[in-house]
Amino acid sequence: MSVLVDGNTRILCQGFTGEAGLFHSKNSLAYGTKVVAGVTPGKGGQTIEGVPVFDTVREAKQATGATVSMVYVPAAFTADAICEGVDAGLDLVVTITEGIPVADMAFVKDFAKGSKTRLIGPNCPGIITPVTDKTGCKIGIMPAYIHRPGRVGIVSRSGTLTYEAVWQVTSVGMGQSTCIGIGGDPIKGLDFIDCLQLFQDDPGTDGIIMIGEIGGTAEEEACEFLRGYVKKPVVGFIAGATAPPGKRMGHAGAIISGGKGTAKDKKAAMQKAGVHVCDTPSVLGATMKKVLGR
Amino acid sequence: MNIHEFQAKQLLAKFGVPVSRGIACKTADEVGKAFTTLGEPLAVVKVQIHAGGRGKAGGVKLVRSADEARKVAAGLLGKALVTHQTGPEGRVVQTIYVEAGSDIAREMYLAVVMDRGAQAPVVIAAAEGGMDIEELAAHKPQAIARHRVHPIKGLLGFQARALTKHLGLAGDQAKAGAKLISSLVKAFMELDCSLAEINPMIVTKQGEVKALDAKMSFDDNALFRHKEVAELRDVNEEDPKEVEAKKFDLNYIALSGNIGCMVNGAGLAMATMDVIQLKGGMPANFLDVGGGANKQQVTNAFKILLSDKNVKGILVNIFGGIMKCDTIAEGVIAAAKETRLSVPLVVRLEGTNVELGRKLLQESGLNLQTATSLDEAAEKIVAAIR
Repeated sequence: MSVLVDGNTRILCQGFTGEAGLFHSKNSLAYGTKVVAGVTPGKGGQTIEGVPVFDTVREAKQATGATVSMVYVPAAFTADAICEGVDAGLDLVVTITEGIPVADMAFVKDFAKGSKTRLIGPNCPGIITPVTDKTGCKIGIMPAYIHRPGRVGIVSRSGTLTYEAVWQVTSVGMGQSTCIGIGGDPIKGLDFIDCLQLFQDDPGTDGIIMIGEIGGTAEEEACEFLRGYVKKPVVGFIAGATAPPGKRMGHAGAIISGGKGTAKDKKAAMQKAGVHVCDTPSVLGATMKKVLGR
Repeated sequence: MNIHEFQAKQLLAKFGVPVSRGIACKTADEVGKAFTTLGEPLAVVKVQIHAGGRGKAGGVKLVRSADEARKVAAGLLGKALVTHQTGPEGRVVQTIYVEAGSDIAREMYLAVVMDRGAQAPVVIAAAEGGMDIEELAAHKPQAIARHRVHPIKGLLGFQARALTKHLGLAGDQAKAGAKLISSLVKAFMELDCSLAEINPMIVTKQGEVKALDAKMSFDDNALFRHKEVAELRDVNEEDPKEVEAKKFDLNYIALSGNIGCMVNGAGLAMATMDVIQLKGGMPANFLDVGGGANKQQVTNAFKILLSDKNVKGILVNIFGGIMKCDTIAEGVIAAAKETRLSVPLVVRLEGTNVELGRKLLQESGLNLQTATSLDEAAEKIVAAIR
């Protein structure tokens, strides 16, 4: 079992013919992902890597039945691409591109209001559901081989730190139901609360790993939600305990400002909500194993 | 990206925000001449640095003659000004803004920020200005008015009216206030700001409403579409190592410890800093080499780490995804040789081609230690520099 995507999900790639789009689409295909269409304006009619290319998302959806898009379009044009996916009525648009202006995402969120399309990202590793040890549905840039099918759901604001958690879960002999990288930008698609709800409602997920970082109050809000809704055990980590205030730590959203968004506050909120908080990411896997009694 | 007060005022004036007349100067003589040019009985000499708290630190002074202006400027230019936001080393003053003095009747607070919760810009206003807005928010939140700005439509008329009412403005001053607020929001949206703050916004004894101070920060991701803003960048205000790192597309932030860190990914980089401190060490920096770094990037990163004289040891922590571990290992080896590395080095590699990467490191003949987990790596580097 899984959330949002599984082995049968049909994917289209926006920005398919670009360097990043093609490279990662090939990796997705190699992992057994059903990448059924590519979309690049002006390049419709070709077939690359056995995948038909279309000019528009609507055409691609009609011709192939794709319901999910992964977006590798350059930052200056990403907002437009996401809105095209929303307009075409896709179920999910996963945006990998980083460096999108915040105002563009504010516009996208406003545009998508009231639509059925869920958004993930931008500036994120994507989403993956392992089906077997070697295949599954991989939408994004994560290294496939560290994943293994299992019953731990992972949601994270970070990229490589997510891989760290995934690898540990795999190394201690467990696996993942679905891993969602929600991205490090201040205005984005799915947030912790959405993902926690999905994992709580998924019968294939037994435990949840939640990885946050400094900046904003999404983790604190998620902990409020956790207390009322989530019955499954949650293991957590917050990156940035040693980050100085006022310095932006790589991600557009990772900044302590006005005394808000500190790791200390976030960890305290997690503890209050009953989350098993780890002081180092090195013990995320072992902690989950212990908590689940496996 | 941040800009100076005088640059912010010049930008805001174009959008219709009323500001005092002023002249930016580089020398004490220019400051004296500027006083004469302004032709006012009273002027304000203001140091231009990217940090708040200038007034309390003695960086803002009233002057009543060209001679006084020159003397005051001579005492400030070229010297470091230490405010509560600069750190103990302070910032060297290179520019002084001379502005016509104002007869202040009232001070207020006004700002526009990009707000995560609202997923849009938000206008913040308080009738009490010139004070610490964060303190006010903590102790008297009802004193602060907040209005969400529609991300496309901008500030609506009723919102501007409600804000001026909250600020206690009436009659012509309310109209002028509403115009100022709308202009500020327009500038914020058109220039892709992350912050536009007027603290204080004032009413003069003559009844004028204007911006006495101005601070603007911009979304780095949007600078590509604002060349005129990007040109206002002042590299003198940035850490030279951070400026150098930016040239190579490396994300580097200098910190005060002595363990240099090189990590891929911002989250993992922060976690690495955290674990170093947990194990009793102090990180010298945050450095994210990015997802697709190559051999050259790794070498550049090493050089930047070593240019920090405080660095007594280096920890490399890479989770290779797109980036293969053997490529990283090659880069580390080449960089260590090229820089004649003399401080302890601990390398922790995980991910694609990890076995090959570890083998390369072991066979390199370099004096380095390897680790398999982040905790182990941090323990080793902390022990190595003791």
